[in-house]
Amino acid sequence: MHFIDVEKVVFSYENEEDNNTVVLKDLSLRVEKGEFVALLGHNGSGKSTLAKMFNGILLPDSGTVSICGKTTKEDENLLEIRRKVGLVLQNPDNQLVASIVEEDVAFGPENLGIDPAEIRIRVDNALRSVDMYEYKGHAAYKLSGGQKQRVAIAGIIAMEPDCIVLDEPTAMLDPQGRQEVMDTIVKLNKEKNITIILITHYMDEAALSDRVVVLDDGKILTQGTPREVFSQIELLRRHKLDVPQSTQLAHRLNSCGFKIKEYPLTVEECVGKILEQLSI
Amino acid sequence: MLKEITLGQYFPGKSVLHKMDPRMKIILLTVFIVFIFITKNYISLGIMFLSVICVILLSGVSMKLYFKSLKAIIFIVLFTSVLNLFYGTGEPVFKWKFIEITQAGINTSIFVAARIIALVLISSVLTYTTSPTDLTDGIEKLLKPLTVFHIKIHEIAMMMTIALRFIPTLLEETDKIMSAQKARGADFESGNVMTRIKALIPILIPLFVSAFRRAYDLAMAMESRCYHGGEGRTRMKVLKYSKYDFTALLVVCVVCIGVIICNIKLPVTLRTGM
Repeated sequence: MHFIDVEKVVFSYENEEDNNTVVLKDLSLRVEKGEFVALLGHNGSGKSTLAKMFNGILLPDSGTVSICGKTTKEDENLLEIRRKVGLVLQNPDNQLVASIVEEDVAFGPENLGIDPAEIRIRVDNALRSVDMYEYKGHAAYKLSGGQKQRVAIAGIIAMEPDCIVLDEPTAMLDPQGRQEVMDTIVKLNKEKNITIILITHYMDEAALSDRVVVLDDGKILTQGTPREVFSQIELLRRHKLDVPQSTQLAHRLNSCGFKIKEYPLTVEECVGKILEQLSI
Repeated sequence: MLKEITLGQYFPGKSVLHKMDPRMKIILLTVFIVFIFITKNYISLGIMFLSVICVILLSGVSMKLYFKSLKAIIFIVLFTSVLNLFYGTGEPVFKWKFIEITQAGINTSIFVAARIIALVLISSVLTYTTSPTDLTDGIEKLLKPLTVFHIKIHEIAMMMTIALRFIPTLLEETDKIMSAQKARGADFESGNVMTRIKALIPILIPLFVSAFRRAYDLAMAMESRCYHGGEGRTRMKVLKYSKYDFTALLVVCVVCIGVIICNIKLPVTLRTGM
């Protein structure tokens, strides 16, 4: 049994003029516990729709989505699934329910009917794990975007999920906020072994994952380790997708006579490879 | 302009009032308001006004903020008290053509002004010293008995929490939209009342659209966090009455008894009601 099992899912949005837009076309995907998966794809590729499938916010027209063998189609499974799979949205402003940081983080556990003393412990731990403990008494609207997004992540962690799905969590943040959120995500994956499904536009973020899944037009175009996926520069470019800047640089250098064998993913790696080439 | 709205804002602090149970604060506020309105002479009014000022000083929130909240209602206070000035009966103190001002009229207008100011100040104390969640929690607990009549108290309390949470967000958004429309040449400051009201439409429409979008997102986020109504829900902060609450109750009782005694024993200056 796989942790998350998406099996031949078809989904379409209803249009005003009766013709439905099919967003997901026979899509299958499996995710194992502790994995860090990045979902890539340009606008309209169906990646946000897929994100909402994982915890049963949207239900497939046909096919199944199951978490630990429990299908999202059954209403009685939903609460348990949502406890296991948390969803973080793009706009941090729209997902905070309470005005005070710690009260917002407590919202999830409160819904689960957990004992007040236990909630207190969970909230404190969750805020510590996203480095927001000092802000627990602050008003949420006064925080920066990156801080708000980390509070939103803490709100999910307090429910002790096995998996967090993040739908473009850094899209509305400045570079510093983006870095804070990415550091938090990587830390949660490595230290707490929480499965991460990260939907993103930024190739540099995807490069941090264990597995990159590229969606195009409601289907999986290609998947594999970041290195495998990003070495297919031509394929990605045909589908209007970028690769990390370092990979792009290496690719261009190669077309000018360099012979970099393995494409680098990070800046440091790239510097190393270029130096290697220059000092023949 | 919008930054000055302090209504429903909470200022965290560690004063005695911050430590009180929201239920007790709401009950005592109600008692205060009732007593502000049953004062019948200057002594009892003075007692109430003095206790309001004491409460304000206890709250540890800057006086500036209280003045700000008064600024918003200054027009109403002036309007009602000036109007009341002319409605007194009895011997006129001042007479000019058809305008007559009587002692009773002066009394009424002073009472009206003082009552409104005290009312706004004491209500501000509640919102300034109580976090919105605590406030709605308190209201939810106090109104619990109404569930007998199939009133959905939990849902109402949740709506209030969310409304209070989104006030600053939507204010910020309004500011942004106004700047955006001004940048395109919109004019909000000139013209008569009708043109000015019409000029607000390009602000309201985007604001509403964005509010709906936010509501949709929020509903999704709440569902993702296992929200399923009030059933089986626990709270992190359990409301408990402490020594502060009992002390406050005692003090308010003493003040109220004082006002009642003054009302009975001393001559009545205000015969009519409001």
